[in-house]
Amino acid sequence: MLPYPILSICLALMWMLLNSFSLGHLLLGATVAIFSGWALASLRPDKPKLKKWYLLPKLFGLVFVDVIRSNIAVSWVLLQGKRRKDTSGFVLVPLKIEDPTALAVMAVILTATPGSAWLEYDSGDKTVLIHVLDLIDKEAWIANIKQRYEALLMEIFA
Amino acid sequence: MSAIILFTAVSIAQLLLAVAMLIASMRIFVGPRAQDRIISLDTLYISAMLLLVTFSIGTGRTVYFEAALVIGLLGFVATLALAKFLMRGEVIE
Amino acid sequence: MTEQVLDLPLWAAIAVAIFLVLGALLTLIGTIGFLRLPTFYERLHAPTLGTSGGVGAILLASIIYFSVGTGRLVVHEILIGLFVSITTPVTFMLLARAALHRDRAEKDPDVPAKAPAK
Repeated sequence: MLPYPILSICLALMWMLLNSFSLGHLLLGATVAIFSGWALASLRPDKPKLKKWYLLPKLFGLVFVDVIRSNIAVSWVLLQGKRRKDTSGFVLVPLKIEDPTALAVMAVILTATPGSAWLEYDSGDKTVLIHVLDLIDKEAWIANIKQRYEALLMEIFA
Repeated sequence: MSAIILFTAVSIAQLLLAVAMLIASMRIFVGPRAQDRIISLDTLYISAMLLLVTFSIGTGRTVYFEAALVIGLLGFVATLALAKFLMRGEVIE
Repeated sequence: MTEQVLDLPLWAAIAVAIFLVLGALLTLIGTIGFLRLPTFYERLHAPTLGTSGGVGAILLASIIYFSVGTGRLVVHEILIGLFVSITTPVTFMLLARAALHRDRAEKDPDVPAKAPAK
């Protein structure tokens, strides 16, 4: 009946948000959600394995704090303009994560926080090329990524 | 009192966003390369979307949200297609 | 141009005003940096100010405004925020890869070469 229950529930909720709540919209939204679940099932994407889903709020909290912090840091860097020395650079980070969903989440997190951008993942030797705007200590950056995000993501998507 | 505060804030925010859109479109002309122009297009539509949200706060109507959502959707698809074109269309021939 | 339809208490008006101006300011700083930074890979970081902080602050202002003004929780904005925060990294990553690909094809010395396949 529901091959992707989380997706279907999210779609029904989104339908309710965009329209006002009523019985008619509940039925219509549920129909749309069920049919799009079937449509997705025919594409056969890999099902992500959420092992410790209760750690997700911790991840969101961490990302939220980091986004605010790096927003302040990057606006400071940008406002200094040409008086500041050029400290940007590329970093090659070796990763242990292999799960595609975990990698995708990590890529979105790193690109969404200002100051770091995910450029290219090499699945052969499991490294990722990252560009950092304010790069002072390479090793500190690598350690930061590995401790803050990689460990947590490996726990969530085992 | 709160009406004056809101009116001022909405006006300032609209002015700032309009300047942001202007600067983003300057980058479209300056370039120097295709990828710069595509990113400035991305910045331009995000600013336009935010401008629509401030319009909805200014007028107190929620109809602008749907418009903002549509701008976001179309802008995403457009920049994605352009980026894909850069990867495959121009370099490898 | 702006007609005030909803009536807000003073604290809510001040909160909306602060978040609105903050978000617009962050977006503007992002685009200014975008114009001033010298290389493409540095410029890639500047617009994310607008897409993370700017979008977040302005949508928060909108949530406060409509929720307090109409007396019930209005969370349409979360949809827009969620959508923007998922889609922009995707476009940026794809653009960055396209740029890397083009720069490597032209043998730009500032760009790290692709690691040799083992």
